[in-house]
Amino acid sequence: MEISMKINGAEVTHDVEPRTLLVHFVRENAGLRGTHWGCDTSNCGACVLWVDGTPIKSCTMLAASAAGHDITTVEGLEKDGKLDPIQQGFIECHGLQCGFCTPGMLMTGRWILDNNPKPSEEEIREGISGQLCRCTGYKNIVDSIHWAAAHPAENEVSA
Amino acid sequence: MTAVQEVPISAGGNPIGFGSMKRVEDQRFVRGQGNYVDDVNLPGMLHSAILRSPWAHARIKSIDTSAAEALPGVIAVLTGKALEGIPRPSLLGDNFAWMPTLSYDTQAVLATDKVRFQGQEVAFVIAESRYIAKDAVELIDVDYEPLEPVMDAKRAMDPGAPVIRDDKGQTDNSITDVHGHKTWESGNAISTAEAIARAEADPNCVVVTQEVMYPRVHPAPMETCGSVAHMDKVTGQLTLYTTSQAPHAHRTVYAMVAGLPEQKIRVISPDIGGGFGNKVGVYPGYVLSILGTIVTGKPVKWIEDRGENLMSTSFARDYHMTGKIAATKDGKILAVDVDVLADHGAFNGVAQPTNYPAGFFHIFSGSYDYPDAHCKVTPVYTNKAPGGVAYACSFRITEAVYVIERLVDCLAAELGMDPAELRLKNLLKPEQFPYTSPTGWVYDSGQYEKTMRVAMEIAGYDELRREQAEKRARGEYMGIGISFFTEGVGAGPRKDMDILGLGMADGIELRVHPTGKAVLRLSVMSQGQGHETTYAQIVAHELGIPPEDIDVVNGDTDQTPFGLGTYGSRSMPVSGAAAAIVSRKVKERARIVAAAALECSPDDLEWELGRWSVKGDKERGKTIQEIALLSHSSLELPEGVEGHLDATAVYNPPNLTYPYGAYICVVDVDPGTGVVKVRRFIAVDDCGTRVNPMLVDGQVHGGIADGIGMALMELIAFDTDGNNLGGSFMDYLLPTSMECPSFELGETVTPSPHHPIGAKGVGESATVGSPAAVVNAVMDALAPFGVRHADMPLTPSNVWRAIQGNPIRVDMAIE
Repeated sequence: MEISMKINGAEVTHDVEPRTLLVHFVRENAGLRGTHWGCDTSNCGACVLWVDGTPIKSCTMLAASAAGHDITTVEGLEKDGKLDPIQQGFIECHGLQCGFCTPGMLMTGRWILDNNPKPSEEEIREGISGQLCRCTGYKNIVDSIHWAAAHPAENEVSA
Repeated sequence: MTAVQEVPISAGGNPIGFGSMKRVEDQRFVRGQGNYVDDVNLPGMLHSAILRSPWAHARIKSIDTSAAEALPGVIAVLTGKALEGIPRPSLLGDNFAWMPTLSYDTQAVLATDKVRFQGQEVAFVIAESRYIAKDAVELIDVDYEPLEPVMDAKRAMDPGAPVIRDDKGQTDNSITDVHGHKTWESGNAISTAEAIARAEADPNCVVVTQEVMYPRVHPAPMETCGSVAHMDKVTGQLTLYTTSQAPHAHRTVYAMVAGLPEQKIRVISPDIGGGFGNKVGVYPGYVLSILGTIVTGKPVKWIEDRGENLMSTSFARDYHMTGKIAATKDGKILAVDVDVLADHGAFNGVAQPTNYPAGFFHIFSGSYDYPDAHCKVTPVYTNKAPGGVAYACSFRITEAVYVIERLVDCLAAELGMDPAELRLKNLLKPEQFPYTSPTGWVYDSGQYEKTMRVAMEIAGYDELRREQAEKRARGEYMGIGISFFTEGVGAGPRKDMDILGLGMADGIELRVHPTGKAVLRLSVMSQGQGHETTYAQIVAHELGIPPEDIDVVNGDTDQTPFGLGTYGSRSMPVSGAAAAIVSRKVKERARIVAAAALECSPDDLEWELGRWSVKGDKERGKTIQEIALLSHSSLELPEGVEGHLDATAVYNPPNLTYPYGAYICVVDVDPGTGVVKVRRFIAVDDCGTRVNPMLVDGQVHGGIADGIGMALMELIAFDTDGNNLGGSFMDYLLPTSMECPSFELGETVTPSPHHPIGAKGVGESATVGSPAAVVNAVMDALAPFGVRHADMPLTPSNVWRAIQGNPIRVDMAIE
């Protein structure tokens, strides 16, 4: 079946099997490989992207269900060659190691700040609790999101 | 001594040397531009899926693949029988159905006679898409004759237990190592037995015996294992993109397995989404993708799903340990004896140095000063997945630290002594280093008491004990747990450490371009550790070249020199040393070039960071960048001196390095629900010189989370029918941001005396050290209930049952 959706502002149309998962549509058909797949069971959150501005686990949504909707992936965070503060925060605070969970964490982190510009540690921890990271023990992810909260308009150039 | 040393800052804002520096690799990862194996797409690439056994132990009577083969889009279906028919011109057997393991055992690539664990590979489907391959797997019809599964190690030892490895002509489930041993001993059995007997007879001594199980867990990196294989039929070149922590070692293994000429094999580890030991082993899936490209002539991708990852690739632990600790009643430890039953699963696929079949478990005597220690490890086959050394365990030092640290706490409870006081009384003293342990390890350096006291200071230990006493009086259950660990990492000295005969030395290559920019090529392989950043810092420290002018290449066997890869915390101790040494070679070459340019003797020159200058006349000098250009110029060099600055090195470590640390965990336990809340976790690590302190802290953070997970949540359990009960993230629980506190870190810095920059390695320290701290804290909380020990994971139900005097037996299959 032919499915169209807007991904990072661009209209994308592909003819795919009806059972195609959104994560596979984004990765394989749209060629945006920043969104990862990690578990099959909606536990890990490596596949988190936004549908109409809300983070969802794209391994658990059919591409067909996303047809006509507005998708934002990690590739959509950088604007005009400038990193989003959430991306900069992860660099500043060593909020990533292997980088595999990072795109999902960035999408959720950005969403937390969009809805709560000054979150507490507890609010951040709860916000990312549906996503797993095996490298960082979460402390630096929390710190990274806090950094972004403290630097809403800055895109400090990182070495 | 602090780790932050004063170093000059580059134009790019980075330390020209050691110090916290933001990571180079983050630029691609935060943009979603990492390149993991599932991101590799080659023209004409086919996809694959593996049919796995639903049974833990069953005879294969027949396999019908006709319906799968008839499905449109299916290219080929391989079975064990088909692989038996592919002749293999190799050193290791005559067909492809079996492959060697890293422990000189054999493992089925695809099962031929029997399946021996649930999830074992039975058939391999190659198709035009992943979806079609999965569909085809469902259409394969296998007729199994179920056999009695052997699901716990004690049952495996029964004389009447079903024999798992009848393929090898075995009549029992014992494992024989390459040296012909069926048990692995270390230390002095006689003196230890005598010391314990003396203590038992002495009214001024105690002997405490405790059975502790380190249950089966799984490293579960966020990215599962996978590969993309492409054989170019014209050139005979095999390119394998794969999740490998050891690309060079894997290349050699594939040359042996497939009988392919090694120079025709290129192994590329792209970005790896976490390893933790899971990506050290050579798995049937990798081999099948290679066979797939040979059979089809097209690139073949194989990517595990999460269930496959948890059920079939390298598990960790599964050590049944019984320890005895003898001490005087005033708390001086006299002797420790440990007996281990080791469950290795259906194939002995453990990845560790050949001469250390129990890994480095024999370092179990720990951080304490006593003369007599002995252990005996008895390995057995069971109907579980193979593997064994994984999950950041430093070759089973995790198990060793766990048993000694639990024993010390049990001893403290028996003596009514504070566990911190007991440890302080027995810790090795700085003047005892280098210290030869009762089991023969030579610890390089340490200031144990200092490190312990830093941890107690950060924790506010005495205040915590006061708080605990007040709470206990109110009926609240707070626990304080300590773990003091010593690891031996950086395997290792080539004279007695190898894997499959490959000595554990690592090569390195440094090129300095005419403009003074450099490329460092590593044999080791990052899985998130940040090698692209830290190794540039080592070169910067040695040569004064800004780190942003140095690119670090790893993960491609065609672009990097041979070495054994990254696991067992070996990168910094081995390859980090190589990076310093190769830089020093370049520095000496630069000295000759500078001397020629300055028309003086090399002996007249002195080095300050980034520049050779004439002694006593600092104005006359050349920077490393100027020298780099001169080395490529028409400058006349002395007879016999080559141009260019490029150098190579191979580092064969003289000894392991011995990082250590003191950890303190504070928990609150709800006795009504059994819920454990980790309130605080204090970690003071001494890993010698810290190249990038920010990254060291990151390594420690991740390891503490691992420890909290293993102590409280993680378990690969089986039922008596052989079903794996931990085969998804719904069942195999990993810690989230809610279970982990905001860690409190400290440091002491005691450089390794034999490492060129004094670094010891830290990748696994916290995973090794933290589980015991968490368990000790929970046991401390439960002491008022008379609980001395309960096995991990301390889930709410397990804690609740421990309070009732009936903790869960994780050493047995579940009825």
